[in-house]
Amino acid sequence: MMRQVVERSILRLAGTHVVHGRWGPTPSAFGSGLSLAAARLAALACRGRGRFSRPAGARLRLSAALLAAVLAWAASARTSSAQSAEELLVSRAEIGHQGGQLVVNQRAEPKTLNPITAVDSVSREVIRCTIADLIHINRDTQRTEPALAKAWTVSSDGRRYVLTLRRGLRFSDGHPFDADDVLFSFRVYLDEKVRSPQRDLLIVGGQPIGVRKVDQYAVQFDLAEPYAAAERIFDSVAILPRHLLEQLYTEGRLAETWGLGTAAAQIAGLGPFRFKEYVPGDRIVLERNPYYWKGDRAGNRLPYLDRLAFQFVASEDAQAMRFQTGEADIASRLNAETFSVLAKAEQTRSYKLFDLGPGLDYSFLFFNLNDLDSKALPETSRKQSWFRQVSFRQAVSAAIDREAIVRLVYRGRATPLWGHVPPGNKLWINRSIAQPGRSLERARRLLQTAGFSWKPDGTLVDGRGNAVEFSIVTNAGNGERSQMATIIQDDLKQLGMSVHVVTLELRALLDRLTGTHDYEACVLGLGGGDADPNAELNVWLSSGGTHLWNPEQAQPATPWEAEIDTLMRRQLTTLSNSARKRLYDRVQELVAQNVPFIFLVSPNVLVGAHSGLGNFRPAVLDHHTLWDVEELFWREKRSSATP
Amino acid sequence: MSLPGSNVGNLRNVRTSLSLLGLLYASVLLAGLLAPYDPTEQNRDMPFAPPSRLHFAEPRGTFRLRPFVYRVVSKPGSFGEYAEERGTTYPMRFLVRGAPYRIAGILSCTRHLFGFDEPAKVFLFGSDEYGRDVFSRLLYGGQISLVAGLLAASLALGLGTILGGLAGFYGGWADEICMRVAELFLALPWLYLLLAVRATLPLHIDPVQAFLFLVVVIGMVGWARPARLIRGIVLSGKLREHVLAARAFGASDSYLLRRHVLPQAAGVVFAQLAVLIPQYILAEVTLSFFGLGVGEPVPSWGNMLAAAQRYDVLTSYWWMFLPGIALSPVFLLYYTLANALHQQTARLTS
Repeated sequence: MMRQVVERSILRLAGTHVVHGRWGPTPSAFGSGLSLAAARLAALACRGRGRFSRPAGARLRLSAALLAAVLAWAASARTSSAQSAEELLVSRAEIGHQGGQLVVNQRAEPKTLNPITAVDSVSREVIRCTIADLIHINRDTQRTEPALAKAWTVSSDGRRYVLTLRRGLRFSDGHPFDADDVLFSFRVYLDEKVRSPQRDLLIVGGQPIGVRKVDQYAVQFDLAEPYAAAERIFDSVAILPRHLLEQLYTEGRLAETWGLGTAAAQIAGLGPFRFKEYVPGDRIVLERNPYYWKGDRAGNRLPYLDRLAFQFVASEDAQAMRFQTGEADIASRLNAETFSVLAKAEQTRSYKLFDLGPGLDYSFLFFNLNDLDSKALPETSRKQSWFRQVSFRQAVSAAIDREAIVRLVYRGRATPLWGHVPPGNKLWINRSIAQPGRSLERARRLLQTAGFSWKPDGTLVDGRGNAVEFSIVTNAGNGERSQMATIIQDDLKQLGMSVHVVTLELRALLDRLTGTHDYEACVLGLGGGDADPNAELNVWLSSGGTHLWNPEQAQPATPWEAEIDTLMRRQLTTLSNSARKRLYDRVQELVAQNVPFIFLVSPNVLVGAHSGLGNFRPAVLDHHTLWDVEELFWREKRSSATP
Repeated sequence: MSLPGSNVGNLRNVRTSLSLLGLLYASVLLAGLLAPYDPTEQNRDMPFAPPSRLHFAEPRGTFRLRPFVYRVVSKPGSFGEYAEERGTTYPMRFLVRGAPYRIAGILSCTRHLFGFDEPAKVFLFGSDEYGRDVFSRLLYGGQISLVAGLLAASLALGLGTILGGLAGFYGGWADEICMRVAELFLALPWLYLLLAVRATLPLHIDPVQAFLFLVVVIGMVGWARPARLIRGIVLSGKLREHVLAARAFGASDSYLLRRHVLPQAAGVVFAQLAVLIPQYILAEVTLSFFGLGVGEPVPSWGNMLAAAQRYDVLTSYWWMFLPGIALSPVFLLYYTLANALHQQTARLTS
């Protein structure tokens, strides 16, 4: 548990380029259905704030269409006439044609192809294309939809789920799939000895999920307590081939299996692609899975692409150049500067860029509020008498020029933030959170009420006459964060505060944040893989490892942290979606009032793709560009030759 | 005109490069006076403004001896695109009052050599991503980079000469100790050592401390390589016949080292100096990455160059490379100086 918490925080803290490394679903809910979403989308469209690549109305129609498709499936479980024994899922996407290869940049080599033990985001991005889950979160609609399970029922107390599996499916090596594979998979994930990162997510109310086979094509899951929209747990939990792995599992050799050196024939999954070859230092190639369980409306089997190649390009600039010259077909998570360079040449090149608007990432400044040993860190603990004052934090927040950050750091491709739910999270954001503009006036008033005053030369001093001086740390190598820190430094200089920016290498920074607590203030970013509040539990529970300003508290240090704890725990077991929303709205209010994090901005999700790529529908949830890889196709014939 | 390599030409080379270097150091020292703005002043509505154009001719054709500028404003809805407002002219004024500064950390002053009336801004070398004046930053940045590079190289070479000289001259256990320590220094994983050093230091180090720290760290890391070179030269030099003869006449060790052996290494030392100074100016960038160098917003050539190493800057804002272009005459001057001095000493010792 601990190990996992730490690893997760590392992944999440590592910057926008690592943050997306979600290695497993976080349970969550969107149960209340279309009405809320529709209302929000309509509101967005009316106010003209929607920054979608497509008009909001189209998105709305699409959601409705998808939902309709899903319902149709649950009701009739139509099967393709061509494969009568196989219950294929029929994709509603544009009908394409087969062939061609897609080349994607990858910033590092994957470490493993093993979905059970992979923790790094790079490996998981590759593995994601080779696996399938029982219930899947549609990255576009942000809702759950049937995958390997064609339908499911929930008991009235919300504790029992019965999933009906598709019949006649085969793994990518041709071996048939049934409930025994599901049972085996969950046995593996829940086995403590295997140490799978997914295990934590499959524990509800302190107990592992109970898994029972009903028949060859139905599995029953029992939860220890009601859990808000528990079907989201199943997203990205790969179903494993029992015929290949059971022997290894009983011998206790699961952890080492499916490394990069494994022969392609020994790896199988239910995903759209299967492993073909790995060229060290150069690329990893996946090929089309001929047994994939989705088809299109014309009766063709998906995926359309013959091959998917991940080429390893370490630097972001080099990735951008490869994309610009057409050596890579998709660019994910571009930064605003690169995006602007690529946009200049967009007219003359054969690619299209997409600004998807604010995503789920948010960046913030926070002060060290840990319970410090005043002997070990006398300076910092003295300064904590400022940091602990809400009005001091509010004053800092009021003095920060968020618009300048948006303009200078993100070239306008970001949204200023005052609360922790970014506008990209359309269903959960509390829109009544106040968004006061920058005001040095108000900041000065707040400081005055807190007992601060100014010396004749403009230096801010506290009640005891000490000059206000502190340092902001951030991780070196993330240009955006150090730029934000530099802007904040200049903003606070105008209040008479002397602020220093210190950049540290990421590991050293994390060690200070979660280990020694030897820092004063820090600029950092977080980003969830899922839009649901449960994905943020680790941040807002006072016992959480990512409760950054004061992590892993035994008892909540302040009354408002205690209230947030209660609210977060209550929403976890509340099944009604609107009730959950009310609880989470209150959490957002408490956070905004007490400013443990001083929120800065939420960067837009910026991606690009070759203009000849069909069905390219980037989403703000990760994986932004490859989530519908099985539906992507080339509008014109291309050679499938390896580059 | 004199033949290259001749005595007169050499002396002239030494003199020119010395005086040019002197001028450079003086202008960097007087950065406050020469720079029109405070190097940390941000103009947030003018990021990446191109170098300002100084005008002499008015639109109607009248020529003015005193240069003037137009106010530059960013085009609405764009980033980094600017246009001149041709309505009002802003003439250059001399010895204007502006941001307060100190010369050499002592003399407090507010006069700047030249300036323009607000709201016109003049960025002779353009502005950076925060709208800070690159020209002012270049001058201030030189204070750190030029001096730190020189001092660190001197420290490394000084240590290297002393230890390498002793090792080569005395041999035996002195040699063993010096050379084994040098090997240790060469073999140390500096990256991790620097991380460890960073962890023991307080988070914020003030610029003067950071500066001294830079010099000491770079100097300490760098002495081993020149020490090995110099040891080799001393080792062969001490067996030369004129050295042996001097010894036979009863010359002391220190006299021999000073008069006969070390001068033979002078060429290597100067060549090393010319190589090491630029290297050490750049080393500061690496140290800044570990939070050991000079941090924002204090300018240095190192962190200015680091800011230019981005795809968008590379393709769009050429003036961000001016610190790099500024470095090349500096290196050239050092190289010429080292070369001339080398020939001079070679003539003296031969």
